[in-house]
Amino acid sequence: MENILIKTVDLTKTYIVGEVDVHALKSVNITIHKGEFVAIMGASGSGKSTLMNLLGCLDMPTSGDYFLDGINTSKLPQNEYANIRNQKIGFVFQGFNLLPRTTALENVELPLMYDRLEKIKDHQKQALEALKRVGLADRIHHIPSQLSGGQQQRVALARALVNEPSLILADEPTGNLDSVTSVEVFNLFQKLNEEGITIIMVTHERDFAAFAKRIIEMRDGRVIKDTIIKDRLDAEEELIRVKATAEISE
Amino acid sequence: MKAKIILKVATRSIMRSRLRSLLTALGIIIGVAAVVVMVAIGDGAQLKVEQQIASLGSNLIIITPGASTTGGVNRGSGTFNRFTWDDVDKIKNEATLIKGVTPIVFSGGQVIGGVGNWFTRIQGVSPDYLEIRSWSLASGEFFTERDVMARSKVCVLGADVVKNLFPNEDPVGQQIRIRSVPFRVIGTLKPKGQSAQGTSNDDIILAPSRTVGDRLSGDHMRIGSIQVSAISNDKIPAVIAELRSIMRESHKLTPSEEDDFTIQDQSDLSETATATSRILTILLASVAGVSLVVGGIGIMNIMLVSVTERTREIGIRLSVGARSSDILIQFLTEAIVLSLSGGVIGVGLSFLIAYILNHYTDQSAYIKPQIIMIAFGFAGAIGIFFGFYPARKASALNPIDALRYE
Repeated sequence: MENILIKTVDLTKTYIVGEVDVHALKSVNITIHKGEFVAIMGASGSGKSTLMNLLGCLDMPTSGDYFLDGINTSKLPQNEYANIRNQKIGFVFQGFNLLPRTTALENVELPLMYDRLEKIKDHQKQALEALKRVGLADRIHHIPSQLSGGQQQRVALARALVNEPSLILADEPTGNLDSVTSVEVFNLFQKLNEEGITIIMVTHERDFAAFAKRIIEMRDGRVIKDTIIKDRLDAEEELIRVKATAEISE
Repeated sequence: MKAKIILKVATRSIMRSRLRSLLTALGIIIGVAAVVVMVAIGDGAQLKVEQQIASLGSNLIIITPGASTTGGVNRGSGTFNRFTWDDVDKIKNEATLIKGVTPIVFSGGQVIGGVGNWFTRIQGVSPDYLEIRSWSLASGEFFTERDVMARSKVCVLGADVVKNLFPNEDPVGQQIRIRSVPFRVIGTLKPKGQSAQGTSNDDIILAPSRTVGDRLSGDHMRIGSIQVSAISNDKIPAVIAELRSIMRESHKLTPSEEDDFTIQDQSDLSETATATSRILTILLASVAGVSLVVGGIGIMNIMLVSVTERTREIGIRLSVGARSSDILIQFLTEAIVLSLSGGVIGVGLSFLIAYILNHYTDQSAYIKPQIIMIAFGFAGAIGIFFGFYPARKASALNPIDALRYE
């Protein structure tokens, strides 16, 4: 049991929009172990984004409990939420969400700035390491507008990694990228996952979900299907295939 | 978060939009410079007045004949009770806290000697005069107590008289005729410049008091005032009390009678002189202060725009672990850094303006250190006051909404 990273018990989120209650999440019970690579799928309005926000401690559940690393987060004060986001979670967003007019290195350093425990002393060195891990050591002084979409997403990934989190949450990480670049990003995800980092991502496309080890499907605020993928797609091989196809079509 | 990092983040985002930051700070720059310059001009004027008053003499106390009352009818200043040699001698012998005393025997007239003739003031004084008026000689020597008692016909010339009668030669040792009476020049005075009333201090001839009294004034001899120098500034009130009792006794006034003289020190003089300039300073500084507040509103306006513009940035910061207090502090720091750097530039600007005023115009400006501290304090306070609301607004954002903001 000790390698359980995430456990939700009857996790429920209800938004009040005007006079109407919108039940975005209805009693979700999921358990995710350390080292998993989970894809959450579902149509828009299925509650997957709400689930991601709750798992990422960006929002609080209306009822139910969320255990992260054995800690029941639904009982914690606001400031602890900020600490959890800082220490345990790395976010990757569809729109990259990098600070504009700020170099890649400074963007990656950002989470270290809010690290109250100061477990990392040399911010710049740590940020440089993270950028190396995503293969961007030669772009550290570029600002986002000087980088391609794939490179920007890799900077975002480096930022997610820099605080050595146990969990990376990716919300449609390749939504703004072309297919070749998308596969490159998934390749990176798979590598990081093999290094032991738990990854949960939301995706629309079944093709991309195939890179994960497990798919959770949602509809109307509930989990409707939870499948373990036996032989998942290897991004490394897929990359070679996709590149070849791209060359032919040109 | 460490203070160093907070400052770094704040300056970085200020530098990211340089022109806008400069324009925002401009309100504070102008406000601070206006306040400091206005107060400096007021202080400069005050300083000038103080210097003029100090040039009258050190710890100077002046006794002038007061009005005499005859049967309840006040007959006006100087009407009756003229001072006598006796009054002067009594003060000299009985007063304990004084450095010196001199009568001023007023006279005047045509002076002939050297290259021509000249109409000037003639004052009969005691040897203490120079010390009392903090004046000194340019050449020669001053007369002594013996000259006074012997009614010697010696005199000391003011710089204007020297210029007009002896432009090319040393007047010491020369003879001049004051109203046909021959006098020997024994010394000359250093130039003193304009008096507070705008007349020249140097258009004067000094002679022993009794010489002037007996040989020039005749029956109309009049001691216009008695001037006394206190041993120190803080002893002035004691000296005034002492002089008053000596004078009352000398004039044989009964306790029911009012003083028939007036004793004045320079504080009366300086207070009236500075009161007007102080009111003007306060008025000008208040107007300038309004521009400082307007500058503050400018900061608030820009910060509000900036918070809206940077909603996504706030979302990103929150998502990587910033607390809402971190966001509050960040935006507040930006406002304070903006207003304080505006304050620094504003103070610099005011020094430049003061320099120009002092060197290229008649207006003198004097920047007191306290004013700089106050200006900085105000600039900082305005940053906090007008920066707080926008910062509060930024920190109240919800991370999810902030991240979705387009």
